[in-house]
Amino acid sequence: MLRKITTNFNSIFCFILTILLSTNIKAAWDDLNMTEGVTGISKEIFDLHMLIYWICVVIGLIVFSIMFYSMFAYTKKKNPNPSTFHEDTKLELAWTVVPFLILVFMAIPASNTLTKIYDDVEGDINIQVVGYQWKWQYKYLEDDINFFSNLATDWDEINNKIPKGEFYLQEVDEMVVIPVGKKVRFLITANDVIHSWWMPDFAIKQDAIPGFINTAWTVVDKPGIFRGKCTELCGKNHGFMPVVVKVVPQEEYDAWVQDKREEAFKMAELTEKNWTLEELNQRGEDVYLKNCVACHQVNGQGIPGIFAALAGSDIALNNRAKHIEILMEGVQGAAMQSFANQLSEVDMAAVITYTRQAWGNAENGDGEIVVPKDIVEYKKPKG
Amino acid sequence: MSAAIESHNHDDHHHGPAKGLTRWLYTTNHKDIGTLYLWFSFAMFLIGGAMALVIRAELFQPGMQIVEPEFYNQMLTLHGLVMVFGAVMPAFVGLANWLVPMMVGAPDMALPRMNNLSFWILPFAFFVLLSSLFMEGGAPNFGWTFYAPLSTTYAPPSVTFFIFSVHILGASSIMGSINVIVTIMNMRAPGMTLMKMPLFVWSWLITAYLLIAVMPVLAGAVTMMLMDIHFGTSFFNAAGGGDPVLFQHIFWFFGHPEVYIMILPAFGITSHIIETFSRKQLFGHTSMVWAMTSIAILSFVVWAHHMFTVGMPLAAELFFMWATMLIAVPTGVKVFNWVATMFKGSITYETPMLFAIAFVVLFTIGGFSGLMLAITPVDFQYHDTYFVVAHFHYVLVPGSVFAIMAAVYFWIPKWTGNMYDERLGKLHFWLSFVGVNVTFFPQHWIGLAGMPRRYPDYALQFADWNMISTIGAFLFGASQILFLFIVLKTVMGGKKATSKVWEGSRGLEWTLESPPPYHTFTTPPKVD
Repeated sequence: MLRKITTNFNSIFCFILTILLSTNIKAAWDDLNMTEGVTGISKEIFDLHMLIYWICVVIGLIVFSIMFYSMFAYTKKKNPNPSTFHEDTKLELAWTVVPFLILVFMAIPASNTLTKIYDDVEGDINIQVVGYQWKWQYKYLEDDINFFSNLATDWDEINNKIPKGEFYLQEVDEMVVIPVGKKVRFLITANDVIHSWWMPDFAIKQDAIPGFINTAWTVVDKPGIFRGKCTELCGKNHGFMPVVVKVVPQEEYDAWVQDKREEAFKMAELTEKNWTLEELNQRGEDVYLKNCVACHQVNGQGIPGIFAALAGSDIALNNRAKHIEILMEGVQGAAMQSFANQLSEVDMAAVITYTRQAWGNAENGDGEIVVPKDIVEYKKPKG
Repeated sequence: MSAAIESHNHDDHHHGPAKGLTRWLYTTNHKDIGTLYLWFSFAMFLIGGAMALVIRAELFQPGMQIVEPEFYNQMLTLHGLVMVFGAVMPAFVGLANWLVPMMVGAPDMALPRMNNLSFWILPFAFFVLLSSLFMEGGAPNFGWTFYAPLSTTYAPPSVTFFIFSVHILGASSIMGSINVIVTIMNMRAPGMTLMKMPLFVWSWLITAYLLIAVMPVLAGAVTMMLMDIHFGTSFFNAAGGGDPVLFQHIFWFFGHPEVYIMILPAFGITSHIIETFSRKQLFGHTSMVWAMTSIAILSFVVWAHHMFTVGMPLAAELFFMWATMLIAVPTGVKVFNWVATMFKGSITYETPMLFAIAFVVLFTIGGFSGLMLAITPVDFQYHDTYFVVAHFHYVLVPGSVFAIMAAVYFWIPKWTGNMYDERLGKLHFWLSFVGVNVTFFPQHWIGLAGMPRRYPDYALQFADWNMISTIGAFLFGASQILFLFIVLKTVMGGKKATSKVWEGSRGLEWTLESPPPYHTFTTPPKVD
């Protein structure tokens, strides 16, 4: 019996070994393991992970071998008369002290790496990262660049109406761009609830907490696009606010900074322009789909009891001043946040106009439009 | 006065339970209350399990198919709360009720009326909690850890009902714990010194102290939430000068001992079963007691390992890493002791033994991943991914839940006087064993590969293993129906059990007939 089990065991073992050796499986295995990442720290962390993993495997093999040996060798049939030993001070001392020593051996490199991670003197580039329900805002403190990064995956893909793309749920409308080889420091905080900014390839995971600024830093040596996620439950669309960072050579980074500045200049010009209803409506619909649908839904009906309906709402129908105020200030004690810093004057005016026009609101209410200058006016200090 | 005498006389002749529903409603008997706890826990296990299956069904494929993300969050929140507070904890309290008096040689629990109260407020707590599913705005949707401000400023209105429910659960647990402590401290049979006490009793003594220490902390946390939501305070609201991280410190100061509350009694159960079926006295009884005590003490100084990413100072991160790693030492001692008990024993493999061995192996795997999670820098990669989900399900499902099932199989012949169907028991074990591993083992991999927890939808590279995990979950879920069937069958009849039930039985409970008399030990037995 035992012999048969042993031969079976041998053949299974050989089978597993063959599998492990074939390179295809090796690649598949890498997909199941932690990423090594692209920074010095991330590689150190990966090595620590593998070290502690193998320590566990070895201890596990030893303990379980003794256990399975006992299970086979000391059945009632083979050993009808059990031994009576039930303590052994030396043995017990040994299996208290030896694990302790192994832990000390493990704690030393772990503490060293941790100390390195915490050494976060000022970076070459400082980027403030702000978590919102459910998107990220990035502010480049030195270059005065400021933008939001939203999920770019089509909701029709999520709802299985069209095929899913390669970077399903891992793509954004605007990536964070950083240069190769520079120390980049992230100052991470949140506007509403707690989020967590995770970039596995840099081994950075830092909670974004309202009222706190957490820091993390990285130096990336390799250009590329790296994808991460929000890792602290932050409400309904927690799964739909990815992090994407593009690492580029220095020249490309400088050009990008230049582009962003020109874009901001153009936006200022747009604010001055005279807008027609159609133009506002069109722009407003885009803004709405990007920023508002998550709660208020495509049909403007919201979710009863949680998120207010806009279609047929008295404010959207007849109270233009209050409508602007809500978007600018948010609603105290509710999920509705202030969009004053999130949307440009143009987008703000457009989305208010759109929600006052769509879903029959124009027919049922005053249908008054809001132009960018109205928002500029609102922002001026009062009195 | 004469009426009192009369009723006293009447009692003398009437040692059985009352008939009908009032037996269960008014009962002060430790066995009846134990039975109520166990059935209640099983009902909650099925409800919480059904919620888990909703979660797994949604994750079967990428994309949103079955539920909305909002409802998904409600499911994962209620699944956690129901399983922790409704299934695992009441099951252990039920076992304590049944077993502690029998093991220490007492007639009943020390405080029988409080015992009745501590059970009967539980169904109301869960009625309040589960009714929130039908409220406007839906059930709590902020995870079982309910981090502020998601659970305060941004919570659905039903959060108030959730807070009320947690208060009731806390009161129930504290009353139950006081009862256990008073019983153990005062009602042990003559000669049973503390160090001679059976390990299940020891494990519950320690657990009860943990509960009394941390349940008020949880009550404090939810009360502060209540104040923030309704009375304009700002404990956790940064805009009002409060501190969202404070919430996490308070929650985990409760939460980490809570984790051991759910595993210590399982240690006790496993020790009894392994020594019985190895037909050999447990190795290192004294070191087992010390190991459990050190684990309990350490559990108060490791809470922030759940919070490595909140931005604590380096010194705190180092301290909590080292303290957490230290827990591996006493936990290792327990595992080594179990293995040493089996070594040179005379082992048979009845269903309780199978569950107990699976407990040792799979709990140890959960312990290994726990050790990996303790390494702070590496935790930056593991934190809040499916690796964590795999870790705590390994210690809770094939850990606590398997131990509870092992206990049911082990003691049900004593409780009912009938043997369970061994063939069906083994079938149930193997189905559960395969189901649990197929469900949770792949979650280690998808976690390492980068899938965060509490995600209703995921990127395409996680699709295969999520599908397999879901298949395993349904297998595990379905096999629990078999468990229900086996238990019912045993309650209704079966081969009669002897007093000793198992060949290798040790302990006072096996000196009682099966089923035991209604008032367990009317005269205290003598322990040498």
